[in-house]
Amino acid sequence: MSDASYLSLEKLTLAYGDSVAVANLDLNIRKGELIALLGPSGCGKTTTMRAIAGLLPVKSGHVRLDGADITRVPANKRAVGLMFQSYALFPHLSVYENVGFGLKLKGMRGTELDTKVKSGLKSVGLSDFANRKPAELSGGQQQRVALARSMVMEPKVLLLDEPLSNLDARLRLEMRTELQRVQKETGVTMIFVTHDQAEALALADRIVVMKSGKIEQIGSPEDIYNRPTSSFVADFVGFENIFPLENGKMKTSAGLIDLSGHLSSGAPSAAGLAWRPRMVTLGTGPFQGTVRGTSFAGDSREYLLDSAFGPIKAEVEASRPTHALGDALVFDLPAEKAAPLSRFV
Amino acid sequence: MTARSLFIPITLLLVIAFLIGPFLIIVAASFSAGETLAFPPQGFSLRWIAKVFTVESFRASFGMSLFLAIGGTAAALVLGIPASYALSRYKLPGAEIVRTVVSAPIIVPGIIVGLALLRYIVVPFQVGITLALFLAHTALVLPYAVRVVSASLDNLRSDIEEAAVLLGSSRLGAFFRVVMPNIRGGIMSAFILGFVTSFNQVPVSLFLSGPGVRTLPVDMIAYMEIVFDPSVAALSSLLAFLSIGIVFIAERFLGFSRYV
Ligand SMILES: Nc1ncnc2c1ncn2[C@@H]1O[C@H](COP(=O)(O)OP(=O)(O)OP(=O)(O)O)[C@@H](O)[C@H]1O
Ligand SMILES: [Mg+2]
Repeated sequence: MSDASYLSLEKLTLAYGDSVAVANLDLNIRKGELIALLGPSGCGKTTTMRAIAGLLPVKSGHVRLDGADITRVPANKRAVGLMFQSYALFPHLSVYENVGFGLKLKGMRGTELDTKVKSGLKSVGLSDFANRKPAELSGGQQQRVALARSMVMEPKVLLLDEPLSNLDARLRLEMRTELQRVQKETGVTMIFVTHDQAEALALADRIVVMKSGKIEQIGSPEDIYNRPTSSFVADFVGFENIFPLENGKMKTSAGLIDLSGHLSSGAPSAAGLAWRPRMVTLGTGPFQGTVRGTSFAGDSREYLLDSAFGPIKAEVEASRPTHALGDALVFDLPAEKAAPLSRFV
Repeated sequence: MTARSLFIPITLLLVIAFLIGPFLIIVAASFSAGETLAFPPQGFSLRWIAKVFTVESFRASFGMSLFLAIGGTAAALVLGIPASYALSRYKLPGAEIVRTVVSAPIIVPGIIVGLALLRYIVVPFQVGITLALFLAHTALVLPYAVRVVSASLDNLRSDIEEAAVLLGSSRLGAFFRVVMPNIRGGIMSAFILGFVTSFNQVPVSLFLSGPGVRTLPVDMIAYMEIVFDPSVAALSSLLAFLSIGIVFIAERFLGFSRYV
């Protein structure tokens, strides 16, 4: 085991009956890393997590953890924690008993158990709620119990499946910070699933973007946000002007547009180019467009332009002079800002 | 008040009268001082209530009924809980068909079940009457057990079992540690419903009685054919109050009506 592969998935293929949900997935995760699994609904995030936890049998490939092949190790012997989206607290047990459940199964008793449970509750700020039943707690509190219940087990990896999606916006932010704190304090390796790119960007050391059971891109939040390598990731992180390239020419609804001299050096080999709306320059530039739509977004204003490229979305500061529907405008897609895409799908 | 607005209260009163009326008549008749079962009762006494406890065959058949109701229901739960669990947790092919078949005896008349058991099980295989009764009552109660237990299992999220497994429990351990405690109310309700159903069962038991082996309701019918005194009414009243007491306690402590 090298440092870079505390948890590694090797050519992991997962299926429900004959339908393959995850195909040939390779992923190496460092000890103590916080990984976000990002992707659209149905791309196989939950499936992957369940396989790591041992709840779903592996069709082929391997799961290795801390130097051991755990592909066939049963779920209750893996030292992998999973926090469910629904929290999955035991309704008949008190908060205290929920947190102590796994420790008791380990054979822990008496003061050792009591100390552990109490410090677990304390770390999530629920010391005063030890005797409540889960039904008597708010969503955020239930979430904390679930977190404490997993964490007292000192798992090698903690998996979280959309941990924040059931919470309202404010609580979400609070729990986000909480998760980060617990992760930093304990140094536990964490993988969390999310739909929400902002959450992934804010929390993760590295982001894994999945699509239809495959990894589309792995990278730091900066990589994913600024340097998407495929049109899919670009679209997912908010590049709204995405165009395929063919021999350095941009394919548009109006045919091929020559961009030679307009591309930075590495780009001509790219399969496509992408710009965020904010990267589009209005008022100067070589291209012609007509305003088709406009909307005010507080600090900024968005324009939808009709152009030889097809529709272009631009976002400029709200303080700039406004343009009316039907106005003709020049604009630029600045080459130095473009994200070159190596795959266009 | 118009005729229209009187319609509903009157209907309601009639329904109550038909439901409760016979019961009140029986209760009144049990306190009669007369020699025969009659209404209105002649005088007031507790002699028939007292007599119930002296009739030897009542005692024997009460024991038998109690044994069948407790044993049969327990057996039905032992079979029914795992069956319900499998039906609700695993998307087995044909699960719906199994559910329907298991529930069938609720719809099939008891007479037919009793006759079938007698003709095709008891007679050909020389099964003893007590065993036959036990099997019959288990089979009778099973559908109720499956229904009630299934209902409470369907209300229980299945991810808590996975959570238990990830905390170190085995699958079977998870069933006993987190499933059973959470469907306890359903199981108790199924037990009470099964108990009452079995205890009051006549048609099936009618076919399955032998020398000295009878359930209480069948014994009461036999008794009435010979002696027409108010002790049968007295016994009925006692049984009715027993049932009401059980259901009342169950509702009070378990919220019984949620499951039935
Ligand atoms: N129990 C199941 N039986 C059959 N197919 C399933 C099952 N669970 C998931 N799938 C399929 O496997 C694929 C991946 O599902 P998965 O639940 O892993 O997606 P996800 O990325 O977690 O989606 P979401 O963001 O909606 O939770 C989907 O096509 C889904 O339809
Ligand atoms: Mg999911």
